[in-house]
Amino acid sequence: MAIVIDTAGIATGTVEPATAPVGQEYSVVVDGVSKIYRTGAKPVQALDNVTLKVKPGEFVSLVGASGCGKSTLLNLIAGLDQPTAGTITSASRPALMFQEPALLPWLSAGKNVELALKYAGVPRGELAGRADELLATVRLAGTARRRVHELSGGQRQRVAMARALAQNSPVLLMDEPFAALDAITRDVLHDELTRIWTATGLSVVFVTHNVREAVRLGQRVVLLSSHPGRVVREWAVDIQGHRTIEHPLVGDLASDITVSLREEIARHAGDKNA
Amino acid sequence: MPETRMPSALETPRVVGGQDYEPADAAAVNAGLDALETHTEVTTPLIRKFGRSVVPPFLAIGLFVGIWQWAFSMKFKPDYVLPSPGTVFTTLGGLFASGRAFEVVWTSLSRGVLGFAMSAVIGTLLGLAIARNRWLRASVGPLITGLQSLPSVAWVPPALLVFGLSNTTYYAVVLLGAVPSMANGLISGADQVPPLFSRVGEVLGLGRWGYIRHILLPGALPGYLAGLRQGWAFAWRSLMAAELIVTTSKLGFGLGQLMDQGRSLSEMDLMLAAIILIFAIGVGIEVLLFRPLERAVLHSRGLRPPGRR
Repeated sequence: MAIVIDTAGIATGTVEPATAPVGQEYSVVVDGVSKIYRTGAKPVQALDNVTLKVKPGEFVSLVGASGCGKSTLLNLIAGLDQPTAGTITSASRPALMFQEPALLPWLSAGKNVELALKYAGVPRGELAGRADELLATVRLAGTARRRVHELSGGQRQRVAMARALAQNSPVLLMDEPFAALDAITRDVLHDELTRIWTATGLSVVFVTHNVREAVRLGQRVVLLSSHPGRVVREWAVDIQGHRTIEHPLVGDLASDITVSLREEIARHAGDKNA
Repeated sequence: MPETRMPSALETPRVVGGQDYEPADAAAVNAGLDALETHTEVTTPLIRKFGRSVVPPFLAIGLFVGIWQWAFSMKFKPDYVLPSPGTVFTTLGGLFASGRAFEVVWTSLSRGVLGFAMSAVIGTLLGLAIARNRWLRASVGPLITGLQSLPSVAWVPPALLVFGLSNTTYYAVVLLGAVPSMANGLISGADQVPPLFSRVGEVLGLGRWGYIRHILLPGALPGYLAGLRQGWAFAWRSLMAAELIVTTSKLGFGLGQLMDQGRSLSEMDLMLAAIILIFAIGVGIEVLLFRPLERAVLHSRGLRPPGRR
């Protein structure tokens, strides 16, 4: 199933199943997408003509200051919202991870994963087994019966990752998933995410305001401007071998990107309501 | 959908996009972090629990009976107005010995339970409709809240006129008393469901009914249970009011009728015995049914019942 949003400038936003399969070339195509919110007193332009193409198996990091429409863009790709203009094509309904684990507290860790599996079309008899496998993938083997409140923040986010993987989508969207975690746990989860990504070949769009994190994880870092969100620049991350957040090359590239990010933010110094 | 098998964590790592990783290292750190986070449940010994929650109410009841006995022996009021606790308990014992207590309690309790069940069905459907529909919420919502504060005894005369001397009159009054609480409980429970969960539902592709079944209803359960509990209290009160007013030999003889009999015979001990029975049923259902249910639900979610440390 693909989400094709056809627009002629204004929100015609029709969602229909794709007749032609999405090309092998890209798993997500965001083409000239704008988003204007008209709920407030005056319209707010969140995104302006954003184009982003993600290849199968590619890891793209999106960075930007607050108000750059990072989350808006993810919501649009996930199909939770419709663009005002432009088209979004995705290989299938993408999996989405939030900043909060957003696990259902009335279900055990395993049942949370099973719910996603069930709606991904896994037969009833295989649910428990598959959930156990996925929990093992995020190194939480044997915790299927634990309640959400019995897990630590990092463990919860790993269950959320297992749930996202359970959707069996080739596209994983992540909305600052590690922002609320302590530094050590975040570090470990960076390793986990890299491991899972290399093992599964997922396309990942990872949104963060943490430039180092973006460089640590991504093959490509895309910088978005704020008010409205536009693609300013992008960098290829060409660092071989095991990456860590302290890696000198990660630091170097992060410094470069931070300079651009600061310039972007400084442009808004004269804005009203600053 | 293309078949994309999920490889297990234990498979050999590939090097993709210039990145590799050191599984052993990450696994060890992970295991260490998890071990440090080990959750220990603190359990209170059963005897201390008993001492904390069961003994105090009985002490309070004992104290109350003591004061009553003292007031009786001081002869503040004549005996037929203020009988001794002993007289009342003897009357109560007599009701049980003759089997009349069971009959009367059964009549009222079966009315109460049936009325409660009907109210639960109607209240749940109504609450669900109002919680899901913005227009209904704006229009009917305030009326439901208003009805909740209306003493249900006010419905007895009109219900009597409409349904006459029949059990339907009782059920009508019970429904009007209990349904608003239950509907409101479900609505406020549904409002407690974090908005993030509706996005989770969309991302997982639950659809409308999947959302109601897997997210809205379980999420609303604590508020819904509180509503059911309050609904029971209102149902029981409404029923007693209706039974006190609508007394006829045509219908079964319930606790309200027993009270009324005590009133017409000026037998204070009978009235007090009936009050004790009404109180015991109301509290018994609350303590034996709703409180454990509520506690179990909250406990399973890592929450604590209100008013408890």
